[in-house]
Amino acid sequence: MTVAIPLSIREALDALSNTPDARLIQGGTDMMVEINFNHLKPHNMIALRRVQELRTWTKNADNTLTIGSGVPYQEMETGELKQLVPALAEAARTVGSPQIRAAGTLGGNLGTCSPAGDGLPVLFALDAIVHLQSADASRKLSIHDFMVGVKRNARNANEIITGVTVPLLDGWQGYAKVGVRNAMVISVASACLAIDKPTRSVRIALGAVGPTIIRCRDAEVWLSEQIDISASTAIDAAVAKEFGRRVALESKPIDDHRSTAEYRRHAVGVLAQRLITRASSS
Amino acid sequence: MNEPLGNEMYTLHINGQDRPVRDAWVGESLLYVLRERLDLPGAKGACEQGECGSCTVLMDGDAVCSCLVMAATAVGSNIVTVEGLIEQNPTMAVTAQAITSQVTDVQQAFIEEGSVQCGFCTPGLIVAVHHLLDKNPDPTELEVKESISGNICRCTGYGRIFAAVEAVVQVRKANS
Amino acid sequence: MSTVKQDVRARDILGASALRPDGVAKVTGSFSFSSDMWAENMLWGATLRSPHPYARIISIDTTPALLISGVSAVLTAKDVPGKATYGLISADQPVFASEFVRYMGEPVAVVAADHPETCRRALAAIIVNYEVLTPIVDPELAMLATTEQIHPDGNLIRHQHIKHGDPHATGDITVEGNYTIGMQDQAFLGLEAAMAFPDSGGNGVELHIATQWLHEDRGQIAACLALPEDNVRLVLGGVGGAFGAREDISLQVHCCLLALRTGKPIKMQYSREESFFGHVHRHPAKIWMKHHANKDGKIVKIESRMVFDGGAYTSTSPAVLINGITHTQGPYQCDNAVVDGYAVRTNNPPCGAMRGFGVVQACFAHESQMDLLAEACGLSAVDIRLKNAMRTGDKLVTGQIVESVAPVERCIRETDAIPMPDSMANDADVLEFPGGSGRTADRHNIVRGVGWGVSIKNLMYSEGFDDYATARCTLSNGVASLKFATSEVGQGFVTLAPQIARSVLGVDDVVLETSDTQIGSAGSTSASRQTWMSGGAVDGACRLVRERLFEHVGKQHNIDPIRLMVENTDVIDTVGTFRISVADATQGITLSETFEHHHRKTEDLDENGQGNCHVAFAFVAHRAVVDVDIELGLVKVVQIATAQDVGRVLNPLSAIGQLEGGIAQGLGLAVMEEIIMDNGKVKNPSFTDYLLPTALDAPRVVAVMIEEPEPQAPLGAKGIGEPPCISVTPAIVAAIRAATGKALLRVPVRPQDICL
Repeated sequence: MTVAIPLSIREALDALSNTPDARLIQGGTDMMVEINFNHLKPHNMIALRRVQELRTWTKNADNTLTIGSGVPYQEMETGELKQLVPALAEAARTVGSPQIRAAGTLGGNLGTCSPAGDGLPVLFALDAIVHLQSADASRKLSIHDFMVGVKRNARNANEIITGVTVPLLDGWQGYAKVGVRNAMVISVASACLAIDKPTRSVRIALGAVGPTIIRCRDAEVWLSEQIDISASTAIDAAVAKEFGRRVALESKPIDDHRSTAEYRRHAVGVLAQRLITRASSS
Repeated sequence: MNEPLGNEMYTLHINGQDRPVRDAWVGESLLYVLRERLDLPGAKGACEQGECGSCTVLMDGDAVCSCLVMAATAVGSNIVTVEGLIEQNPTMAVTAQAITSQVTDVQQAFIEEGSVQCGFCTPGLIVAVHHLLDKNPDPTELEVKESISGNICRCTGYGRIFAAVEAVVQVRKANS
Repeated sequence: MSTVKQDVRARDILGASALRPDGVAKVTGSFSFSSDMWAENMLWGATLRSPHPYARIISIDTTPALLISGVSAVLTAKDVPGKATYGLISADQPVFASEFVRYMGEPVAVVAADHPETCRRALAAIIVNYEVLTPIVDPELAMLATTEQIHPDGNLIRHQHIKHGDPHATGDITVEGNYTIGMQDQAFLGLEAAMAFPDSGGNGVELHIATQWLHEDRGQIAACLALPEDNVRLVLGGVGGAFGAREDISLQVHCCLLALRTGKPIKMQYSREESFFGHVHRHPAKIWMKHHANKDGKIVKIESRMVFDGGAYTSTSPAVLINGITHTQGPYQCDNAVVDGYAVRTNNPPCGAMRGFGVVQACFAHESQMDLLAEACGLSAVDIRLKNAMRTGDKLVTGQIVESVAPVERCIRETDAIPMPDSMANDADVLEFPGGSGRTADRHNIVRGVGWGVSIKNLMYSEGFDDYATARCTLSNGVASLKFATSEVGQGFVTLAPQIARSVLGVDDVVLETSDTQIGSAGSTSASRQTWMSGGAVDGACRLVRERLFEHVGKQHNIDPIRLMVENTDVIDTVGTFRISVADATQGITLSETFEHHHRKTEDLDENGQGNCHVAFAFVAHRAVVDVDIELGLVKVVQIATAQDVGRVLNPLSAIGQLEGGIAQGLGLAVMEEIIMDNGKVKNPSFTDYLLPTALDAPRVVAVMIEEPEPQAPLGAKGIGEPPCISVTPAIVAAIRAATGKALLRVPVRPQDICL
């Protein structure tokens, strides 16, 4: 049994080469639950918390933003990151509790790949690119190809998720999440809506209503045929409602102890309707 | 089946001291190590999954749930537990049960405002409130509520806890 | 919000906001909860539990576990030397399942090992072969004689009928409803934990335990261990909340068995998941209720049928059931009633005591009915309740006269007089909206509603139980020390007891001795009873000591003791000028007295449910204001206004804490707290999925305490622990109904109940 605490990505990759079966741990807010609940027996561990390279973010020349996989949620909630990606800030603020947001990271959300992961709908709406690095190669993967199922992703065992790149869109974006408590609650249903005026695109992604995050492509196309998303006119209430109905149709929710499929489908429709209304009245 | 469970050796920096940990199992949380190995039982365990805040400690200046920190990965971090707060905060003398004790202003306010009943959530809340007021000396009511929304209290309904935070804010303002 | 008080209390006597003597320890983290105990050479204990709600045990093989390095013992049913079962009312629950497991999580074996992780590995190594059986989870089905009986004692735990007045009486109006109450968990934060130290000869054990009732535990433990009670010593470990869940045995017997077997101290503590399986819950119930009333709204008759799901073992189900059905009418006059109540055994988790104890369930039904009645009569929620409000001297449906102070009308009027909250500001923060930081609602999505709930709650134990509490007071050198076995679970008896001693004896320094079984029983910290019962015992013991003090001073100074009294901290001659401080008067002497406080006797109910079965009653009114996002079904409770009949306020700070805390628990049942069952399996045994109110869910509480001292109560004070959590639940649901127009016949109200 070993516990490696690398200080750089290079050291982390060396550790991973030396112990290929090692588990990577970032903030620990998912993995320690697995261990505490006796679902996972840790053996070799590589803790990424002290890798400073992963805890930084950069505005790129091509009008994109790269966020390291170790940036904690609390850093996204406020300040410049909030200005740059408001939907991510809103999603970050709904993650667990302040204590969880101080430790939890996008890297962890991506590593776990729960459909209820609060950051993931934002990454899906923004068509984020996930950066993966192994000892001898690095690759970029669309978020749509990265998440492949419930708690399953396309990361290879020899790779570290180093960060994500998202475009800095020109248009309104927002996130909404339904939970049965006013704070510290796991998502029953969530939605992220993002608009890019120059490309006249509207994107909506849903969380906790399917095995992966769902992008509602049909509803997006339908809406862009109904309205000029680049114009700042208020959306017709009937159009917003129909958009919600179409979004709900694209969800694939299930019944479980947290809610019912019927409620979740209804809820994402309401969220979509409200988000597009907020977008058009902002 | 007969190999020893734990062979991890490391040193944690807690409340200003280096504390060696020997023969530990790798899966031990910081909460377990504090309570069972280092005789620091102030942080409490009540959910094992970051949903109650009873185990809140400061780690490199952030309030975190110690049940979700793998202890062996906390090497090199600066950890402050409820037992260590007195070293770095305004202190007050409190007379209770004829014993004079040194407590922080937040701790004093919790006693005087009736914020403590069973007291199991209290140490975590004390750490969370110190952390809040260090960062935001004059929080709004909603900022207070949001900042302790990760600390479940089952006894008080929170009313007396809000009163204690408000009391500390007023006293600190008056003293500054 | 108030500011820090700079010791404005002259003396911490009755009526003052005395501070908790354990406050410093609790805020600094040095207070020793039972989970904080540690001993040299101790081992950890852990429990193997059934994954099935109902199964036959074919075989258990513990050998692989014993082979693991670090494992010291593995025990099963065959290792129980004494009685194989325990229970508060009926000893029908096995220490370990042997032939059958009857609920998911039932203990099958325990292990002792050197580390919690070794324990987990040992539990995983025990091989249990089960023949899985089809669980019986519907109480209606379970109570039929034709259904398989899942326990030798049968499936019907208790049936009680009530027939009062004219069963054929009718009124102009009838309203009826079928109500469902979900399974709530006490969810104390300090998980079950204990440490057992074996005596060196192996003939006894000392158990440090977080419990509500040391002596009751001791009796049950000793029987299972086949030891004399004197050889089983219990010491109260620090208790992190209770709310009813620590009245039954959980790990007590297991911990002692392991200590006696290994000869070493054993520490056991449950995880949160295990805690959901390890203690009883609030009974889920289904209640049909029908009110007959005159056109003016006056209740003529109530009919009801209540079915409480007791789960696999009896626990306190018979008493919970009786509490439920005897509170059918609520705090209202009712001359005629026909009620049937059933407590039924199923393969669901055992249910027992939780704050409110059966009355919570009945109250949700009768308060929902009162609103239906108000609507049918064209009256307001307040007027229908005032119209029917119970008064001292009225009769319950059991025929019992309510002798307690019964200020129901005053509770309602004073609650009504509390100002309503401001309407939501135009620039309100999203955190103020239903849905909170999830940013689900916009301001125009939110509708406000107001609702009412009023309740009656019996205090202390019922049905002939000889309920008493014991205390000893010792006065020496100006210091009083108090000894009692009362469980301090957070409620504040450790604050109150010294206040009593200071008031009676004129001392300031009061020492509390360890709560343990080295004195007589204090009874349980439940049923809103300790202020009355243990308070009465402390008061009685202090008064006896005061008599001795007067005799002593009288003799010393040649004054008839009858002329002496305590004034502040002095003994004074009421007809002369003599004065001596209690401290001086008690130099070099020790006066010690023990007192048992018994409440008045109660009776069993007869076959028609008639009898003086309860001791006393307390009353409370709640008004809830909620904001609802109707389309998403999300709720934010804005304000709870309440006026509570408390008898007398003995410690204002403690009292408001009880009210606010109870309200938060009632809020939890109204909108979020439920153990979700699926064919006998618990689906949400964690704090991720069993949701408790957070600071952002807490409403503003505006409380009035109605002080009309209760003549029966030793200190004039009624118990205040339970009433706050009872009628707040129906008040919140009524407010949601007002906002949404939905019928909402079950709690907790789920989002889909509102918006689909």
